[in-house]
Order: sequence, then C-alpha cells, then structure tokens
Amino acid sequence: MNLEFTYTVDPDDFTRAGEASADIKKKLKKMNVPHEAVRKVAIAMYEGEINMVIHANGGIITVFVNEDFITMVLADKGPGIPDVEKAMQEGFSTAPDNIRALGFGAGMGLPNMKKYTDEMKIDTVIGEGTTVTMKVNL
Amino acid sequence: MTVREIKKLLSCDTLWGEHDLDREVHTACGSDMMSDVLAFVKDQSVLITGLVNSQTVRTAMMMDIVCIVFVRGKIPPEDVINLAADNDIILLSTTQLMFESCGKLFGAGLRGGKRES
Repeated sequence: MNLEFTYTVDPDDFTRAGEASADIKKKLKKMNVPHEAVRKVAIAMYEGEINMVIHANGGIITVFVNEDFITMVLADKGPGIPDVEKAMQEGFSTAPDNIRALGFGAGMGLPNMKKYTDEMKIDTVIGEGTTVTMKVNL
Repeated sequence: MTVREIKKLLSCDTLWGEHDLDREVHTACGSDMMSDVLAFVKDQSVLITGLVNSQTVRTAMMMDIVCIVFVRGKIPPEDVINLAADNDIILLSTTQLMFESCGKLFGAGLRGGKRES
C-alpha cells in the first residue's frame, strides 16, 4: 500500500481551515488505520493547517500512507519562522488578536504537532517559507 | 454520565442531536482556546465552550468529542450546526456561565481528561 493525498489550504477563509484534516481523518478511518494513529494524524495536521492559514498565506499539504507509517508534508511560502526553538515553546505565539478571538493562538500549535507525532522536522527559510514534515508510525 | 444528564444539570436547549442524548461521556474539557482542547487526551468527552465558530466543531471532530455545550447563551450560526449534524456531534446551549457549568458537571462526578505526555 502506497497512497498519496494532496490538499491546497485556502488562506482566505478561516472557516474552512481544517477541511483537509477532516477529510484525511475520514479516509484513514475507511482504510482501517488504527484509531489512535488516525487521531494523532488528524490533530497534528489540523494544527498545521490552522498555522498555514494564520501565518503563511495557505500552502500545500501532502499525505503519504504506507503499511508502516503516515507522513504529512506541510509546505508554505510564508514568512518563515525566525526562531524555531522559541516557536516550539508552549504558550509562545505571534498570532494576532483577531485569531485569538477565533480560539487559536494559545501557543500550543507546534508543541501539539510534536507531541502527537513520532517525528517532526521543520525546514524554514526567512522570506521563502516553511516545510513541516511529520511522521506517525503505524 | 449521559448527555441527557448534562442537559438536565445545565438546563440546556438541544441545538442538534435530540435523538442521541443517551450517549455516554467519560471526561470533560472547558476552554475557549481550541489548541488547549487539542492538547488533552479525551475519551468520549464533552467540550464546554463559549466559542461558536466552525473551528469548535472541527476541533471536536479531530478529538472524537461526543457533545459540545455552548455557555453564556451562545448559539452558533446555522452552517456550524449543520457541520456538527453531518459529523454526529451533539450540540447543547445553556445560559449558564463557563465557571458554573464546569462546577456543576464536576460536582456531579465528571472529570477532566489527562494530558498527553
């Protein structure tokens, strides 16, 4: 089994943020992927998807599924992350107040993504964009 | 505890899911910040919140949350109710505040989820 799913994250409509994660969750459930792995993938990807809308003007998410693991690659052409170590700290957020009013920007996004995945890698270049690669073992 | 008991304890109106009120919930989480909700392990949980946008329902979808209780008399827009209905998430609304809602549920024996390490 080697499957690949690609999603475009719309930067302009916050109400639609999370549609890709909801879709992948349904697909993985149908494929009988273990419940705990489905939940981890869905939460980590949802946080990433929200981040792409808030900070990076949208982007592309590609999900690879095989027998052993699920890999999510979230690529954007946003401003990049100046201090990754700081961004990984719980409670640190640069989200504007209007985003907080929508229930995000608590500074838990990246820590949650790391917590719910077995591997996470952040490649970021200021002014060019960020690619977050996350892996959940099956 | 069943959703029906929660409805009674908090004097809620049902916005969606009247047919499904006998579902069991084991844990609860009260927050208006969805990332905080996403940080905690929940098993058949109820979410108590004042946030009424679509991301409240999406968060519930990701976490397999059974029921959302909107406090402070908040009612979500129709598209948010429809999203919950499509995903079998029960929606209740109460005029009570977050603090007293959580207090009543805790007093009735419901507990929070534990944090994922």
